[in-house]
Amino acid sequence: MSIQAKSQPAIPVLPNGEAEHKPCWSCGDMRAAYFCSSCGKVQPPAPTDYFSFFGLPRHLGLDLAALEREMLALSRRLHPDLYARASAQEQDWSLQQTSKLNNAYRILRDPIQRTEYLLRLEGAKPGEAPKLAGESAPARAAQKPTVPADLLEEVFELNLQLEEYRAGKKSGNEDCALRRELESASGNFATKLHTLAGELKGGWQEWDAIVDSESAGESVPPPARRRILDRLADVLHRRRYFANIIDEISAALNES
Amino acid sequence: MANDKVVGIDLGTTNSLVAYMEGEQPVVIPGEDGSHLVPSLVAIDRDGKTVVGNAARALLIETPERAVYSIKRLMGRGVEDIAEELQLFPFRMAEDLAPGEVLRIQLGEHSFTPPEISAFILRQLKRNAERYFAAPVKQAVITVPAYFNDAQRQATKDAGRIAGLEVLRLVNEPTAAALAYGLDKRSNGVVAVYDLGGGTFDISILKLSDGIFEVMATNGNTHLGGDDIDNLLLGVALDDIRGDLGIDLRSEPGAVQALRRQVIEAKHALSTQESIRFDLLLPEGRRYQREIARAQFEQMIAPILQRTVGPCRYAMRDAGLDPGQIDEVVLVGGSTRIPRVRQLVRELFGREPHGEMNPDEVVALGAAVQADILGGASDATKDMLLLDVTPLSLGIENLGGVVAKIIHRNSTIPASATEYFTTGVDGQTNVAVHVVQGERELAKDCRSLARFDLRGIPPMPAGLPRIAVKFLLDANGILHVSAREQRSGQESEIQVQPSYGLSDEQVVAMVLESFDAAEEDFEKRLLIEARNEANTILAATEKAKQSPAWQLLVPAESAQIVELAKYLQEAREGEDFEKIRQGVQALNLASMHLAELMMDAAVATALKGKTMGEAAAGQPDVAPVAGHAFAKADIEEGR
Repeated sequence: MSIQAKSQPAIPVLPNGEAEHKPCWSCGDMRAAYFCSSCGKVQPPAPTDYFSFFGLPRHLGLDLAALEREMLALSRRLHPDLYARASAQEQDWSLQQTSKLNNAYRILRDPIQRTEYLLRLEGAKPGEAPKLAGESAPARAAQKPTVPADLLEEVFELNLQLEEYRAGKKSGNEDCALRRELESASGNFATKLHTLAGELKGGWQEWDAIVDSESAGESVPPPARRRILDRLADVLHRRRYFANIIDEISAALNES
Repeated sequence: MANDKVVGIDLGTTNSLVAYMEGEQPVVIPGEDGSHLVPSLVAIDRDGKTVVGNAARALLIETPERAVYSIKRLMGRGVEDIAEELQLFPFRMAEDLAPGEVLRIQLGEHSFTPPEISAFILRQLKRNAERYFAAPVKQAVITVPAYFNDAQRQATKDAGRIAGLEVLRLVNEPTAAALAYGLDKRSNGVVAVYDLGGGTFDISILKLSDGIFEVMATNGNTHLGGDDIDNLLLGVALDDIRGDLGIDLRSEPGAVQALRRQVIEAKHALSTQESIRFDLLLPEGRRYQREIARAQFEQMIAPILQRTVGPCRYAMRDAGLDPGQIDEVVLVGGSTRIPRVRQLVRELFGREPHGEMNPDEVVALGAAVQADILGGASDATKDMLLLDVTPLSLGIENLGGVVAKIIHRNSTIPASATEYFTTGVDGQTNVAVHVVQGERELAKDCRSLARFDLRGIPPMPAGLPRIAVKFLLDANGILHVSAREQRSGQESEIQVQPSYGLSDEQVVAMVLESFDAAEEDFEKRLLIEARNEANTILAATEKAKQSPAWQLLVPAESAQIVELAKYLQEAREGEDFEKIRQGVQALNLASMHLAELMMDAAVATALKGKTMGEAAAGQPDVAPVAGHAFAKADIEEGR
């Protein structure tokens, strides 16, 4: 692998602003985000968020087909393969821009990651705490979410059942009745997960409406914003929790 | 030079090829003997000369300790992790290897690292291309298995450098094959490429839309290929011979290689014949004879072929597809000629696979297409673009040895991730990061890429520094790291200890060393360049004879030019580049007057109807370019 002699300007993970307007390095004209509108030369990446990169408002409801088309169209113009004979600086910029394009596309096309990303942008979730080198930092996906309050009893009961089942299996006495109960519980959570998907979509619509109002010039009171963001965060939290439970039950039932 | 050809190279485990784009089609460049395939065999003969390819076959059998094959298996790997390879292949490690040193293989009296050995093969391909074009070749696209990790990729790039090639891009083999296929078919849809080569297996699933080749998922095994089939059969034969005839051939490396050669030929034959008769002459006049039926053969190799099924299923799962959603399947690699393989693929994907493209050549042809795309695109490839992925997740080791993944497998590349670190101790100025590649939970089960030391952090209370470390996978799938402490804005100095591989200094040293050792090459290069110059000036002379300026010469002048041209033509057919150079100079000198006359004529034509002022403004540069007086005059005359 290779090391840069100089590092690039720090790439912010929680940026706020719009694309800066700077003059084009090649022809001096005011440039657009990735290409100068006058002379077409590739530009260094501007510190935009992923929505702005695609020229999109911060909507959670997204036309995936359109997003893909835009990604392919931008790839056709930004990709390093097209700069193999350009100056070293342009090659570097095309590399930076394309990696940003690929990162942005990957996050935005996935409904859960898109929602999580938006929450981070809006400051609704705690920012990324710096790791101690070597410290076991909570990896995003691997972190065990806390139990939603209204499910405490149900989950407590479920944990007992899981322990009982595992112990039984280990000593060679698999409890079939317990197995059926666990399978049924798993089914319940799968249904809950399904309902959540609907709730998520509903949350998206509410959020998108707020964004539209704001861009139309209306001001939306902060508590209203707060409320919908918290609701989205809660839906994601539950979703992660239920998915974990289903995995845990499946692991217990299937391990030999 | 802007017009230098960029070639595409398939550096294979068993065979290597070089190709380029000729007009609308990629074509393979043949070797001196006319063959398209250069066996990936390297030997050092008794005079210390390097022999590559077909010519090395005999040496492999006569002096096996001076020859090596399947070196690709050792690329980017360390001494600790080749125990299996050493058992299955006659690789001889250099005896004087110090711990922590890069692996070296003994060939006769010398030892070489795997990139140096691969460089011998690349140099042969380079020569073949230069001979074909009668022009230097300095840039190439080289293919690698999609499942190659960072160290294996870097080793391939190093090999290119040592061979005197600038590697513009590393392309994944199945993707290259898809390019060749897509160029040919020009249809949209989802394509699976099943690539079973000599040493590696790759399965890639791509979406083709309007010239964009987007890889959706890739999987594979870098220890699975035709070699494993050969070794299995070889083992069976050796045991047979020991059992039936009481001879243990394993003690005679030369005889083992001869047997291996036969075993491979038998394997090839069984793809088209139902059975084959084996007949090998052994030491002391004994004979080993056996009849092998295809059915038997297929039964023996079934477990090996079965190992390709898992990766195919994983790739489809990662792509979110079931077999019915795949439109086409393309077969790549010599091993896919085995009928049982075709059948397996048919069963896996529920459709008849494409085999009309030569499975040995399709990767090189695809590399040539990519070379064309990078070179600025001819019409044939101007709408084509490759969007590939990284095959393995990139992660950082945390306390407890657990891996935190920062870039997931099958992420489109280039891709990046920024991680933040801080210090645990007051005044701590260094931070250590261990980067790994792989899918396992624990770092020790993954492939170690490198350990980075971030130094020069300004001393601060513990927990205060905020060091942003950016990990970037470039379009070759190779990792670059940069770091900056955000509070002070200070760039951290990064010290890398790559877990495997050559340092930059080592590669540079090898490039220089190979340059000295290849005196012959350099002379050949000069010869090619001299011939090139001769061609240019001779062609220009021919054209000049047609121009009206020719009539303005006195007979003595034109006669002299004709004679010198004839002399140059003869010199060009010879091997003495000095003579050719001198011929070019002489002809150039003799043609100076003619060149001036042609220039005047061109200027006169251009000036017709212009005022003095306009003429002065548009005056062409009259000073002739040394050695190319005619070429310049040519241009002025408005060609």
